[in-house]
Amino acid sequence: MKALEYPFDASYVRMKKRSIKRELLAENTQRIPKKIAVLGGSTTAEIIDVLELFLLNAGIEPSFYESEYGQFYEDAVFPNEKLSAFAPDLIYVHTSCRNVKNLPTAGDDEATVEEKLSDEMQRFQTVWDSLREKYHCPVIQNNFELPSLRLFGNQDGVFLQGETAFVRELNRRFAEHIRKTEGLYLHDLEYLSARYGLDAFSDPFYWHMYKYCMSLQAIPEFAYSLSCIIKSIFGKNKKGLVLDLDNTLWGGVIGDDGVGGIELGQETSMGQVYAEFQSYLKRQKQIGVFLTVDSKNEEENALAGLNAPYSILKPEDFLMIKANWEPKDRNLQEIANAIGVLPESLVFVDDNPAERAIVTDQLPGVLAPELEKVEHFARTIDHAGYFEVTTLSEDDKKRNEMYRENLQRAASISKFATYEEYLTSLEMTAQIRPFSEEYLARIAQLTNKSNQFNMTTRRYTQEALAALALDPSVLTLYGALKDRFGDNGIVSVLMGHAEENTLHLDLWLMSCRVLKRDMECAMMDALVEECKKCGLSGIHGYYYKTEKNGMVKDFFAERGFALLKREENGDSEWFFEIPKEYNKQNRVIEVLS
Amino acid sequence: MSREEAFLKINEVFRDTFDDESITVSDATVASDIDGWNSLAHVGLLVNVEECFGIRFSMGEASTMKNVGEMVDVILKKLGN
Repeated sequence: MKALEYPFDASYVRMKKRSIKRELLAENTQRIPKKIAVLGGSTTAEIIDVLELFLLNAGIEPSFYESEYGQFYEDAVFPNEKLSAFAPDLIYVHTSCRNVKNLPTAGDDEATVEEKLSDEMQRFQTVWDSLREKYHCPVIQNNFELPSLRLFGNQDGVFLQGETAFVRELNRRFAEHIRKTEGLYLHDLEYLSARYGLDAFSDPFYWHMYKYCMSLQAIPEFAYSLSCIIKSIFGKNKKGLVLDLDNTLWGGVIGDDGVGGIELGQETSMGQVYAEFQSYLKRQKQIGVFLTVDSKNEEENALAGLNAPYSILKPEDFLMIKANWEPKDRNLQEIANAIGVLPESLVFVDDNPAERAIVTDQLPGVLAPELEKVEHFARTIDHAGYFEVTTLSEDDKKRNEMYRENLQRAASISKFATYEEYLTSLEMTAQIRPFSEEYLARIAQLTNKSNQFNMTTRRYTQEALAALALDPSVLTLYGALKDRFGDNGIVSVLMGHAEENTLHLDLWLMSCRVLKRDMECAMMDALVEECKKCGLSGIHGYYYKTEKNGMVKDFFAERGFALLKREENGDSEWFFEIPKEYNKQNRVIEVLS
Repeated sequence: MSREEAFLKINEVFRDTFDDESITVSDATVASDIDGWNSLAHVGLLVNVEECFGIRFSMGEASTMKNVGEMVDVILKKLGN
């Protein structure tokens, strides 16, 4: 919904929150349900109301547990039947500077200040440890906004007795601890309050009247930022940027002005602005966001612009360059198809409102931020949090290479007489094993991101997977695939639990970037082998229909399962009896033992 | 701004805030007259009124207004009527 896309009108969102919610719930979109516990150190009602809107808009349907006023510590540390029964998928600890108990006073010596710091740190660590031990789910924790009163003026951040210095040190220790702790994420209140304006953010009116730690007007921006972390954890991030060229990556029209005539580089202030934007995009690419071009231009001119010595982005930085006179929505759709992602996982960046309108009208779900002034392009894209980073796995950094290899493979298909010949030429090798610790981050990410080739669309956190991997009644397998173009990393995951002597498949998914490579056959072979080892005689397969997984509705039939029943809603249940002599289905991938 | 105009405007704020097009407020309207107007919703309402009229209430004002009529009086005073 446009009203909830960044940059939004915060006042409108708050004023209309009830009718916006009504409209969101009336939309016919599929959302993943998530249970979110909000443990507050101050009032949380409005925060939950607004957070709910942003999550609904991001494809997550939240239900909330809200602690009694100010009870974050008690709820976390002491036995809590209500919270246990709620079984949260995620816990958010909403604390602020108002919740720091032991601020330093003017007479404190260094040892006393240190003691207060470690007491405070200890108090929060107890909260985090206890939550993670009891609830095994991701925890998001605010750090602290700076105090808005400064007893020592500018030296408040210098003297050990200054509250500013104290809070900064506490924030540093939070970050250090969180960096080392899996499943614990920081929500940066210090940054957000500064961005908003500290005095406006910490307006004491709201604290004294209603015990809100921030002004009500600040809540939409705050809740949006929080929603970005949550959507990232639950696999709702965007994957790539689709960029216009003229007046987006450089000033002017390359077809008219020529390479010498566009504004880009250090010569003019306008040229510097575009260069800075390009540099920001290049850094996005380095953390795994892919870049593509969708521009109305002759391809020759587009390439000439990108090859200009002062262009920071070069043609090879883009996975695909579509420079032609086709409608932009059609180009965007083709880009998505070629790379193997859904259009809605792309963000369209174009200075022209008419082009943005065509793309978003034709392809609902694609975001196209309103860009007005070029000096604010990078800021808008940055603050929108499309690619909010919660884990940076090795695969993330390599993702661009993987998408590129995919495109190369597609290009080489045409050289072969049969498809099997092509598959053989890929010289694929797979490693298929039970889950192990070092891969859990990637496996959790896959369970949250895969929508199309996903039989049950069950989402798991890393913590939940770690527990399942240790359960002797649960069978787990991941598959990693290499070929002569490169390493695809872990691309398939399956999991089932044994009941009596049959296995029930809870999860079977595969990344769409390795579709039609027979990896699913290799997984099937490994599954049968593992079942035999455990003395199981059959496998129950389940297909739960969603808006996006239509491609695998007959998957179990293709693997040789028999249909047990098909529900009216499209769900189906299947059974595979394990034969004495099982014929392997995969003939093209070498499975390493 | 006349008192009538202020009432028309504040009525819209009530309708938006409580997502109820049937609301019509009067001088004597109090929280118990409107579905959903509890203490938690009250703060949101006040901020919506502030934004709509371009004013800010002080804590003193916010804690003494007893009904919609008194709220409109404070608004009109702030607007210089």
